[in-house]
Amino acid sequence: MNIKISLEAFDPMREVQIYQHSSKEMAGKFGATSIFIGTMRDFNEGNDVIGMTLEHYPGMTEKQLEKIVAEATSQWPVLDVLVVHRVGDILPNEPIVVVAVWTSHRGNAFDASRYIMEALKTKAPFWKKELLKSDVERWLVKNTDGYL
Amino acid sequence: MSIRVRYFASLKESLGRSEDNLEIDGLATVNEIWRYANPDKALPDNCLAAVNMAYVNLIDTVKDGDEVAFFPPVTGG
Repeated sequence: MNIKISLEAFDPMREVQIYQHSSKEMAGKFGATSIFIGTMRDFNEGNDVIGMTLEHYPGMTEKQLEKIVAEATSQWPVLDVLVVHRVGDILPNEPIVVVAVWTSHRGNAFDASRYIMEALKTKAPFWKKELLKSDVERWLVKNTDGYL
Repeated sequence: MSIRVRYFASLKESLGRSEDNLEIDGLATVNEIWRYANPDKALPDNCLAAVNMAYVNLIDTVKDGDEVAFFPPVTGG
């Protein structure tokens, strides 16, 4: 399992590839890899968004992510998990988060990945402040249910 | 007892500070810690609280040396 908070922009596919190659224990064992990538949009709630700042609570954020991943691995037979989440100043089109889950069979990969992502959205202490094209800054008040 | 209180995101901005260091006598709940630190401002309804980086209820008690944090609903991912 690996959980990373990144102050720098990152390439999610490269992170997944490097981690997969470095994990000797799961070589030959995994039949399914679920990769979720969250990326910054240039629009939200009817406004043009030109930038975003992501704040976190150093220490608690990592602790909560570890707890969430531990809950997923106790609920599904997961071989390995990688979570990378960006903080700091972000521009549209840059990745915010990648959650990769390796399992023997696809169902568990989908389910564990969904669980981690939804729990991250409600429990991991990150906060987004958007900078709108109109030069207004606004804090996001809550996350959506993911279907808008 | 000594309690470090931390604030994050929009709550930090509206209070104009990121933390307080309190010295108080006797036991206190998380809710009371907020009132000691912010006697003139009610804790916003939807705010979350943590003690030593784990989520807690406002009626939970704190002990000497604890770090108490207050913050708005999280919006990561």
